[in-house]
Amino acid sequence: MIYLDLFIGFLQVGLFAFGGAYGAIPLIREVVLSYGWIGDEMLTYMIAVSESTPGPIMINLATYVGSSQAGIPGALIATTSVILPSFVFILVIMVALKKVFQSIWVQAALRGMKPCIIGIILATGAYMILEHCFFNLSDLSVDLTATIMTVALGAIYFGSRKILKKGISPIGLIGISAIAGIVVYAL
Amino acid sequence: MGILLDLFLTFAKIGLFTFGGGYALISLIQDTCIEKKGWISHDEMMDVTVVAESTPGPIAINCATYVGYRQKGMAGAVVATVGLVLPSFLIILLISGFLDNFLEIAWIAHAFWGIKIAVGILIFDAALRMIRKMKGGLLPKIFMVCAAVSMFLINIFSLRISAIVLMLASAVVSLSVFMIGREKK
Repeated sequence: MIYLDLFIGFLQVGLFAFGGAYGAIPLIREVVLSYGWIGDEMLTYMIAVSESTPGPIMINLATYVGSSQAGIPGALIATTSVILPSFVFILVIMVALKKVFQSIWVQAALRGMKPCIIGIILATGAYMILEHCFFNLSDLSVDLTATIMTVALGAIYFGSRKILKKGISPIGLIGISAIAGIVVYAL
Repeated sequence: MGILLDLFLTFAKIGLFTFGGGYALISLIQDTCIEKKGWISHDEMMDVTVVAESTPGPIAINCATYVGYRQKGMAGAVVATVGLVLPSFLIILLISGFLDNFLEIAWIAHAFWGIKIAVGILIFDAALRMIRKMKGGLLPKIFMVCAAVSMFLINIFSLRISAIVLMLASAVVSLSVFMIGREKK
């Protein structure tokens, strides 16, 4: 039965997908292909669409695959089941296991993990910016349009905080960058 | 406005503008839920981020669920999570039902090219804000720099090492430092 398959398949994805959407893609591929829901080529296209639409990639992909297999009910089931493990985990760890979470041992481990995640996020951001400014990171050929736009957007975003009281919000930056992308290509 | 409606609308807005994975969302949560609404503190957000990264599933869901729960218990958790997911759910349904060539539409591709740049800046900014709130002297900074350098090399050389390995390693080192410190006392 397709609904049950979708539920179990995406529950597996939600349960075992560590390290963000990109780390999860091999797992998603395995699940989707083993059930024979869609082919490899279609999956690659769906991943690209999921990246280019708002929302977490993993969830977009679940909605997409679910709706392609069983319409709106399929989309609902696949999306719910991929979300369910995260929903439960965070509440169990931070609310139900609050005492354990605050024990000296867990806190000692967290003292290392917190700066570590900051470093990971910093490196990911820096890498994404560089990746965008160079066509190819190995021979360092610069994409001039992207570099100018990165500098301009960075200056607007960080500069606005110095000049205005509140500065431009992240949502504002997303909006400006989308319009700038369209305008730059239209010129 | 009731808190549940506020949670729903706030997370729907965040969901609508979250592109390119969970890290970019951190920046939106910092801006909206911490600085504007005061729903959670920077410290709590740091805890949520660590737990989110160490457990499976999308970071975005962990954040929405936790913030919702802190405001209004289970109902808040459900409402915030549904709010976060709803915009992308509807957009994907629309695309899968009506658009076979979504990615070939020129202006969408160009807009997304621009958004990708913004996403890099937002992720970088999320880390900067966290660094500014960091406590505890030199040791955390060493952890941070080591993790950043390792992650950068992993990205550049496309190594198949997950970020979770770095997290585990730093947990082990940090625990060892703590235990050695206790032994000495």
